[in-house]
This record gives sequence, structure tokens and C-alpha cells, in this order.
Amino acid sequence: MAAEVGGDSGGAKKGKKQSKARKPKKRPRIDMTPMVDLGFLLLTFFVLTTTMTTPNTMPVVVPPKITEKEEVEPPKIAEGKVITLLVGRGKIYYYTGIEKPELFMTDFSPKTGIRKVLLNRREEVAQRYGKPDEMIVIIKMLEEAQYKDFVDILDEMAIIQQKKYALVDITEEEKGMVEDYKKAIRASS
Amino acid sequence: MAKFKVKKRNIAIDMTPMVDLAFLLITFFMLTVKFRAPQAVEVNLPSSIADTPLPAQDILTISVSADGRIFFGVDSKHTRLAILEKIKDQYGYKFSEEEAKIFSLLPEIGVPFEQLKSYLSYSEADRKAIDKRASIPVDSANNQLKQWILFARYSNPKIRIAIRADEKAPYPVIARIIETLKEQKVHRFNLITTLEAQPKS
Repeated sequence: MAAEVGGDSGGAKKGKKQSKARKPKKRPRIDMTPMVDLGFLLLTFFVLTTTMTTPNTMPVVVPPKITEKEEVEPPKIAEGKVITLLVGRGKIYYYTGIEKPELFMTDFSPKTGIRKVLLNRREEVAQRYGKPDEMIVIIKMLEEAQYKDFVDILDEMAIIQQKKYALVDITEEEKGMVEDYKKAIRASS
Repeated sequence: MAKFKVKKRNIAIDMTPMVDLAFLLITFFMLTVKFRAPQAVEVNLPSSIADTPLPAQDILTISVSADGRIFFGVDSKHTRLAILEKIKDQYGYKFSEEEAKIFSLLPEIGVPFEQLKSYLSYSEADRKAIDKRASIPVDSANNQLKQWILFARYSNPKIRIAIRADEKAPYPVIARIIETLKEQKVHRFNLITTLEAQPKS
């Protein structure tokens, strides 16, 4: 290039001739393919590893433990507002009221499961007491239950926006009721 | 005829903008990626509709494996070292500097206090093997989880408690943990879950 700068037309001609003789100056072309390959490989890797698996948390509040020293009377609640859920592995046994309860069974399926039961009960409570948020859910976990069942039932409370619920220890009587229910099912099938 | 033949040429596409974009994205992902800390115990989290993200710091995790083994972990090195000091004071164990360093790097721990010193002196591979069957005792006679939580809360009063349990973990173990928390007047804690779509009502 420098040869072309300055000089007359003759000189320029001469220069052209000279440049023909010279090795043509070429911009070196770098093959970028491997770099691009590597680039996309890394990109894929990072995209896949970030998979947005940010864990979330579900807040739980449990009632304080009642020590033997304190004398706390259990709160009195109207029988008609209560539904008690006995949660087993993927199955929920439930009864309403307190006296001589009849046990039913359901599961976690979204359309026909526990959600429907709870919403129906809420409807009943609403008709009787006027306000749907009067319903009280008592959750008792059976020993056969897994952690998933526990999360599912708390989740169910969040889904139907049930504010009044309590996690209570299961009684021997209720365990017996579930056992009897299972026996009855086995006998009938 | 030959004169009109279209010359076959290699078409060179200028890939520069694409490469630019690719590297821009790489940089972005490299900077935003946060690798999950290696955990001592594999946990398959259950899903829920809860969408509150887990806070990044001041977290105490109680992990429960599918077979009901319990592990304890805190997120900061600082807290871990403070906890180790408390263990020293309470139980009279002596830890070398090397052991303290290893302890400060462990995300989760699942051995009883009695085995802690020997656990820290093992190689990493041996520790992994122990993690496969270890668990922190929570029986009412020897509730070491309670001690761990106590130490952690002394070391960092701001700490929040989260339960990170496998979906198949047996409920009685979870009940034991909740009981332990209640005994310490912890009535508010978190369950770590993965997100699931909210059902349409």
C-alpha cells in the first residue's frame, strides 16, 4: 500500500506492476469455528445448570407446647365447624364433628380429592353459621404418613386459603378408627 | 455456455455478531450462576405452591433423608466455627486447627458429637461413606439435634430454621423434629419445597 502513496501516474503504474510481483497482502482469516463451538458448549452448560431450581419455602407455625405446669383448657369449639383429617400415606381419612364420628376416605387428587371435601364442608359451615371462614380444620398425621403427605396437606390449606387449621397429635382412638376402616375395606373387597 | 456458468463459491457468513451474542450470554450465565453447595445427603424435595424464595443467608437447615436420617447444616463458615467452639466448651473435646478448618467447610453434618472428632480426621471419601449411614440422634434421652440448634442460635441469633426433607421421609421423624423445635420455643419455621403451578380454582 505504501508504494502507492505519492508519485505520478507512471509511478502508480509501476507500483501496480510491483505489487503483482509481490505476494498479495491478505488479511489473515482466523477460523473461528472451534471457538464458536466451545462458546456454545459453555453457553449450553450454563443454561442447563442454572435451571432456576431456586428452592422455595413454606412457612409453618405450630402452637406452643403446653407444659404440665400450665393449666390451659383446650379451646371450646362448636362441633358443627370442625372437620378432622387423619392423614396417611397418600390417603386422607376424615370425619366431621366430634361425637360418634363416621370415617370417610379420600386422597389428594385435585378434582375429587380432599379439596372438594373441604370446600363442601366450608359450604355447609357457611350455611349454618353464615360465614365460610368459620370452618376449623384439624390435621392429625398418621405414623404411616410421609413428609410429602404433610407438605401436601399444608399446601391444600394454602390453596383453599384456609386460615384456621391446627396440627394436633393423633389419639389412640383415632388410630383404632383408621385400622377398623381399613379392615372393613379389606373385608368388603 | 461455460461463460454463463455460475461460479461456485463458498459463502462466508459473518459470524461475528452471533459470536458476540453467544459470549455475552455466556458471561451473563457465568456471572449469575450459583452452584448449589454440595450436600451430604441426597434429598428429593416435595413440591408445593409456596413461592417465597429461601433467604440466602442466616439459614439453619435440618435435612432428612428418604430413610429418615437427620443432618444439620448452617450456611456460614463463621457460624460453624462458633458452633465448634460451643461444642468444645460443652463437651470438652479438643479439635486441631486442621479439624476446625474441615468442619468450617462442611455444609452438613450428620454424626453424633462423640464421633465428631474421628469423623473430621478421616479423608473425604471416608466421610462420604459415613454420611451414607450417619444420623444425628433425636431420641428424648439423647436429643443432640436440640443441642445443635441451641449452639447455632447462640452463635447467630438471627438464624432462621428450615426443614429440608425428602418427600419419602417418614412422618414420625418430622414430628420428632417439630417436637424438638417446640421444646426450644421455635414455633415458626420453614419447609423447603420446589415450586409447583398453582391450580386454577
